[in-house]
Amino acid sequence: MIQGLIGKKVGMTHLFNADSQVVSVTVLEVGPCVVTQVRTSQRDGYEAVQIGYGHAKQLTKPARGHLKASGADSRVLHEFATDDISEHIVGQALPVTLFQPGDVVDVTGRSKGRGFTGAVKRYGFKGGRKTHGQGDRHRAVGSIGAGTYPGRVFKGKKMPGHMGDKQKTSLKLIVERVDPERNLLMVRGSVPGARNGMVTVKYSKGLKVASRLSLEEWNELLGVTIEEPEIIDEAAIEEAVEETLAEIVEPEDEAPTEEAGESTEIDEGKAE
Amino acid sequence: MEAREVSTLVSNEKIAEFQPGDTIKVNVWIREGARRRQQSFQGVVLRKRRGGPSSSFTVRRVAAGIGVERSFFFHSPNVESVELIRRGIVRRAKLYYLRGLSGKAARIKERTQSGKR
Repeated sequence: MIQGLIGKKVGMTHLFNADSQVVSVTVLEVGPCVVTQVRTSQRDGYEAVQIGYGHAKQLTKPARGHLKASGADSRVLHEFATDDISEHIVGQALPVTLFQPGDVVDVTGRSKGRGFTGAVKRYGFKGGRKTHGQGDRHRAVGSIGAGTYPGRVFKGKKMPGHMGDKQKTSLKLIVERVDPERNLLMVRGSVPGARNGMVTVKYSKGLKVASRLSLEEWNELLGVTIEEPEIIDEAAIEEAVEETLAEIVEPEDEAPTEEAGESTEIDEGKAE
Repeated sequence: MEAREVSTLVSNEKIAEFQPGDTIKVNVWIREGARRRQQSFQGVVLRKRRGGPSSSFTVRRVAAGIGVERSFFFHSPNVESVELIRRGIVRRAKLYYLRGLSGKAARIKERTQSGKR
């Protein structure tokens, strides 16, 4: 099975999960992807599947030639590893249903470009004091090194510069929902990049199989039995209590045993 | 496509239509360890908040002389149902002024079919 797919970031929203908790999710439009080329160890020296996503407005002649066999007009191409290349043929469509709720995935995208930024934003430097006679040191980097020895600034010193617009990966995101009709994948947490940015979604290494088991399956595997939650009908209990009370005590002597707030019933008792 | 268009929410049909000032009864699921039981909370609707999946409403009741307010999400699976007990006539959408009132002053006129509005 192929290890990942290409998609687009739609945006973020939130939803209720099975435990009635609110979960923030990123919505991704993943697929449908098309297999554009199969890399074989014979010809290429390694095994992988190249897939395409989206529709290009215009393709160069070499790109058209490359995609001819698959019949696709993909905007982006990406290679993914696979267990078995014999499962894939050129032109095959790969839907979002490759992923299921509970899967753990890594999502790679290009982070939003921040331009030339200072060290406070870029590296979280503290900056200078706001008061006590400070003039122009509020967001300054401060000292960048010692004096005559070493007599230079070390390589890699954190200083102002370009930030963002880099490939970044969000690791171990849990798939919350899959919508095959609209090719949507909802993963818990945030994903790098702006809306409509291209992303690749891959299984997290070593977690795929474990996470696919449901809680019930785990319990079965481990031999754990969990009792069904007992559902108590409060109304029935109250009725039963009232009935027994009515049998034991005369109605006039009945003390208001109900909780405060059930004012109507207390009033009735007093009226009697 | 925008993320907010991707609604996975289905409105709960067991939630009756209500407005601020109405008296409602909210039946809500409570989890106690392994047990799950239903509890009801009856009171005056103080406000409704719009906010997509996190739309909510706040109910106020006076229990044993102490004001208690509880907020519920419209789309939470924990909210089993909402029953409309009594409609009220109020002139604003957020009834925060009720917090400063008690007893007779905190009453809300009932809205009837023949009444105005």
